[in-house]
Amino acid sequence: MAKASTFQDLILTLQSYWAAKGCLILQPYDDQMGAGTFHPATTLRALGPRPWNAAFVQPSRRPSDGRYGENPNRLQHYYQYQVILKPAPENVQELYLGSIRAIGLDPDVHDIRFVEDDWESPTLGAAGLGWEVWCDGMEITQFTYFQQVGGIECDPVCAEITYGLERLAMYVQDVEFVYDLKFNDQFRYGDVFHQAEQEFSAYNFERANTDILFQHFKDAEKQCRELLTGKKLPLPAYDQCIKASHAFNLLDARGVISVTERAAYIGRVRALAQACCEAWLQSPMGEYKPRFG
Amino acid sequence: MPDLLLELFSEEIPARMQAGAARDLERLMVGALTDRGYLFEGIKAFAGPRRLTLAIAGLPAKQKDVRDELKGPKLDAPQAALDGFLKKTGLTRDQLKIEKTPKGDVYIAVIERAGRETPHVLVEIIPELMAKFPWPKSMRWKPGLSVRWVRPLHSILCTFDGELVPFSFAGVSSGLHTRGHRFLSEGKIEAKRFDDYAQKLRAAHVVLEADERAAIIFEGVKQAAFVHGLEMIPDEGLLAEVSGLAEWPVVYVGTIPEEFMDVPAEILQTSMRTHQKYFSLRDPKTGKMANRFALVANMIASDGGKEIVAGNERVLRARLSDAKFFWDEDRKHSLESRVEKLKGIVFHAKLGTQLERVERIEKLAGEIAAKIGADVEMAKRAARLCKADLTTGVVGEFPELQGVMGRYYALHDKEDTSVADAIRNHYKPVGPGDAVPTDKVAVAMALADKLDALTGFFAAGEKPTGSGDPFALRRAALGVIRILLENKLRLPLAVDGDLLSFFADRLKVALKEKGVRHDLIDAVFGLGHEGDLVRLVARVEALQAFLKTDDGANLLAGYKRAANILKVEEKRDNKTFISEVSETLLSEPAERALFAALAKAKSAIAPLLEKENFAAAMQQMAALRVPVDAFFDGVKVNADDKRVRENRLNLLASLRATLHQVAEFSKIEG
Repeated sequence: MAKASTFQDLILTLQSYWAAKGCLILQPYDDQMGAGTFHPATTLRALGPRPWNAAFVQPSRRPSDGRYGENPNRLQHYYQYQVILKPAPENVQELYLGSIRAIGLDPDVHDIRFVEDDWESPTLGAAGLGWEVWCDGMEITQFTYFQQVGGIECDPVCAEITYGLERLAMYVQDVEFVYDLKFNDQFRYGDVFHQAEQEFSAYNFERANTDILFQHFKDAEKQCRELLTGKKLPLPAYDQCIKASHAFNLLDARGVISVTERAAYIGRVRALAQACCEAWLQSPMGEYKPRFG
Repeated sequence: MPDLLLELFSEEIPARMQAGAARDLERLMVGALTDRGYLFEGIKAFAGPRRLTLAIAGLPAKQKDVRDELKGPKLDAPQAALDGFLKKTGLTRDQLKIEKTPKGDVYIAVIERAGRETPHVLVEIIPELMAKFPWPKSMRWKPGLSVRWVRPLHSILCTFDGELVPFSFAGVSSGLHTRGHRFLSEGKIEAKRFDDYAQKLRAAHVVLEADERAAIIFEGVKQAAFVHGLEMIPDEGLLAEVSGLAEWPVVYVGTIPEEFMDVPAEILQTSMRTHQKYFSLRDPKTGKMANRFALVANMIASDGGKEIVAGNERVLRARLSDAKFFWDEDRKHSLESRVEKLKGIVFHAKLGTQLERVERIEKLAGEIAAKIGADVEMAKRAARLCKADLTTGVVGEFPELQGVMGRYYALHDKEDTSVADAIRNHYKPVGPGDAVPTDKVAVAMALADKLDALTGFFAAGEKPTGSGDPFALRRAALGVIRILLENKLRLPLAVDGDLLSFFADRLKVALKEKGVRHDLIDAVFGLGHEGDLVRLVARVEALQAFLKTDDGANLLAGYKRAANILKVEEKRDNKTFISEVSETLLSEPAERALFAALAKAKSAIAPLLEKENFAAAMQQMAALRVPVDAFFDGVKVNADDKRVRENRLNLLASLRATLHQVAEFSKIEG
């Protein structure tokens, strides 16, 4: 098995691997979000009884992780590869290990370990049990069995597999500085993203207009609430929840939210997420029938 | 006799839960079997990354037969009572026995239950035990089922006497199969008996017993270090953790790049331990940390570990780059310049910011320094800087390095060594095994830090409860006690109320290990004016020695007798006897002798206590024993003459008061 030699090879390999396992190959969601978990294909589809198997790349924005393009592996914009399998198949760990083999990490010469790491997203009211997967001491994947999303118990339970693509590529390509990654044979990761990291770091930390962001937050919250009254529109409402969450992350990076306010803002986003999840379950694709109490 | 083998095979069990799970499995099984009347020869539970195993030796093939006799209603009781009894026992009237009792004849039901076959019992108890298994955290995974396990359960192996015990849990049916190491074995393994099971698993690269895995790792790291002329830095906690992360532990050694070797060893060690679970190695001659580390993999790699070591070194380089970055950045700003930033860190909602706390500690450290002869200015300086490292990158990343880093940064800022050391040592002692600070500046700081926390949290109503002590106040109080006693510091504890009794309790715990009786501590604390712990302990020790002597034991008996009489008579008269004894009313020789002895003792004891010569004070008390005994032998306290009686009671009260100079004797047991 050849190693995925470029960043895009890595993505293509994962795409074909999971496609062959029967996953829908979706495209990134067109909203700014902190992690692939926010994609409605994860948050909303994790709920309710319908089976769901999907895989997709999700660009993820973490404004406060910006380092002006100077840190070897911290980025305010990076890619996650997310697989969501509902119900979690019995052999899901084996399926995952197959994907690791496919990208060229041979478990015969590497030390692959599942190390306890339970996952929790206070903004989504979501929690699960699982591991971080280590390859030779490096965390390459987050593996979670969802127990709850939007404060609602998941049944059936789904498995979420999240690969940090840059980190994984750095490992496979034996590269120490993320910008040195080969994106393809011609371009480096830095050619594509270095300037963006510099500019967005400055935006996130210095230039983002906090008055506008506070207003964005309020507007998104208001719109979300409106969409959940009367005839409910859970999908557009959830978009607003995503927007509010990102506005909060930016405000947090700008350092204008105090410790005590922080918890309150997270609670407001969580309340939106919960309301969206509840509305989703009453919608045709949600069809929630509680089977146990 | 037959054996039981049970294995619960799941996805990876968190390392921190494994030992507890083995204990729980054993405990629950012992409970379930003994409840059902079983005795067996031996039981042992094992836990590892993917399995819990239980082996029971010598478990009988059948439950014991049970014969119960149940007493029913009397023969002449109403029909309804008899009907109820028949219904309850499931018997007919003819089957009942009749027994004569002193209260009349009664029905007796004899219920005989043949012991069931053991597999039938097991089928019942194992799923029940699994359903209520106390995992610290568990999950659902089967659609539509609310059953939980720590992670998805894949198989159950269960045999009794080599035969399958058929049951199911969470939709998993028991069988005769398991699996070996995730990567170093293939296919299923069949096992029917424990020895065979353990042997086959070993062949499939699974070491069943955690202790053995730990021993393999310990020896492996030792050997690997030895090869490089090094030794391992022992780390019990890490050893236990990594033993839970590998079914087949293999030790490899990697190298720390030279460029990181000028970063403080504590940072390297903490980073390697916390993030990567590596063992640090050191040069046995110099004791200095070496540029090598030992890692524990769960794999015999086909390339001899080349990729694994290279990969781990790469990860470590990234980790240490982060740490070194923080270390370099941190030194760009002095500790002094960081003090203001403490305003932004809340210590506790009711106790203000860390800056406010620092200001309190500064004042208190200065006061304590003056009292114990430490350099006041230095103590205040150290106090001012003692929390500044909380704002540094390294401490942000590794909170356990607080203090340690403060010292490095202080030295870098060219602060006095004594100040720098005090910054590090003011957290000490961090546990019962940790040494107390001895340098006076550090002592003043350590006391100020702990006393501020104790008084603050007590005032804020955040006292420790039976189950919880989130602010580690017990440790703080014990720290204060140890610092005072081990440095023989004559510094009265200026605390009162609940906090004083909290200290008294901690002191009892601390002294219990040294064999000091808790009731004697109470007796001396009971005096109410003893805040000087060094003096208190000296007093308690002298008292304990005295009570071991014949004179001491008898005097205590005499005291108790006197105190009891006084208690009764004071209640009767509704007054306390504290008046002067009238010498003219003393008639009996024994009471005159006691009066004289008390007068002598009283005047002798006070100056001895003043000089803290407790042994001599006890000697003086010993002299009271003979006259006290003689008094009770020869004198009737409750004399007919009212004035004589009162005078004698006043004499006993005087005895009581004399002894109370030394300790509250009423609190002494025995």
